[in-house]
Amino acid sequence: MADIQVEEKSKGGKKKPKKGDARVDMTPMVDLMSLLITFFMLTAAFSKPKVMEIVLPEKIKKDEKVEPPKIAESRTLNIILGPEDVVYWYPGKADPDVTVLQETDFSPTGIRQVLLERNRALFRKIDQFEKDVISGKIDIRQDSLRSAISQLKKDDDTGPIVLIKAYKTSKYKNFVDIIDEMSIVGIARYTFTDIDWIEEKLVVDAINRAAPVAPGSVQ
Amino acid sequence: MPKIKLGHKSPRIDMTPMVDLFTLLLTFFILTATFRPQESATVDTPFSVSEKPMMDANVMTVLIAKDNKIYFNVDNGPDTILKFRPKILAEMGKRYNIEFTADELRLFEKTGTSVGVPIQDMKKYLASRDSDEKTALEKGIPIDSVDNQLALWILFARQVNPAVQTMIKGDADVPFPVVREVLDILQDKNVNRFNLITSLRVVEVTEEITE
Repeated sequence: MADIQVEEKSKGGKKKPKKGDARVDMTPMVDLMSLLITFFMLTAAFSKPKVMEIVLPEKIKKDEKVEPPKIAESRTLNIILGPEDVVYWYPGKADPDVTVLQETDFSPTGIRQVLLERNRALFRKIDQFEKDVISGKIDIRQDSLRSAISQLKKDDDTGPIVLIKAYKTSKYKNFVDIIDEMSIVGIARYTFTDIDWIEEKLVVDAINRAAPVAPGSVQ
Repeated sequence: MPKIKLGHKSPRIDMTPMVDLFTLLLTFFILTATFRPQESATVDTPFSVSEKPMMDANVMTVLIAKDNKIYFNVDNGPDTILKFRPKILAEMGKRYNIEFTADELRLFEKTGTSVGVPIQDMKKYLASRDSDEKTALEKGIPIDSVDNQLALWILFARQVNPAVQTMIKGDADVPFPVVREVLDILQDKNVNRFNLITSLRVVEVTEEITE
């Protein structure tokens, strides 16, 4: 109402229409858009989960007469995933009287050191190879670098053969972690096998040793 | 001498090109964004250093939720066009003598989420509109040897789409024996290559081995 009155009042005088500012303030629009862009960019970048590929050895069917492959005892390293993120390991073959499980964890100074120590030769070789490539000593195309490294791993016959076993109270997380550790350290040969009764007994012994207050509670 | 009056106009910047650019970017990101339906079970995946992104097509996923329930999902990606989902459900129905109507098959195709329902309850699950009711029906897919429905889902998924790749999405705190059981079922069906879905974690191996 007030607007109309004002207009009538000014009708008599010389009408000089104010030069309208045709510009629209775009700042809020820009604000909103940058917000939306940020949102969509972040969701696009982080929504894709990663996958880790593993290949398990084919199961030996009961009716087939196939011997499981023989491996050298001296190269074997057994890793047992224990309860509460503990890792047990022992070299060679399990002997209920002699073998004592070594206890370690998933920290960088834990199982990784054990594996690195055993895999030193191969790790060095890969490291040296990568350095040579960077410094230009070895001329290799970027896309065949990966296959060259996997070839190095395949040819390696001094590194450890890691057998991974899981105790019944271990978590899925431990399983992923240990396979991860294999790829970090560059272990060429590892596989996943079932835990046998000797090892189960050793794990129970180790748990009891760690907590002697309640013997027999972990069975 | 008169002072020179400076205009008090606030300096304006022409924002039109900026708005143009932003609109363009926004449109691009909206169009490329893939909207995944909310999963029926919350799964906190463990971390790994693997940088391989998950494939989009030809995927079947076995989900292992926190409460050890097993869920199953097939191709929630671009190959929905090929209509694998209804075919697989129809095969499952045939095996259990449950006749699924065309409507029910279409409904199953549309819900891109993983299913954790025993096949006997599938009709009820598809018919229900209430999300609480749906959650109540999700008891997990039976995997015991008496009624191993997960094995059948895997079998039919592989029959309908031979190129399918197996994903395992497990919660970090699932006890390992449950995962082992799932792996055993998969290996019984001659699947020996798995992709474990993980979140990315960065680890630097810079250790110089001290002698």
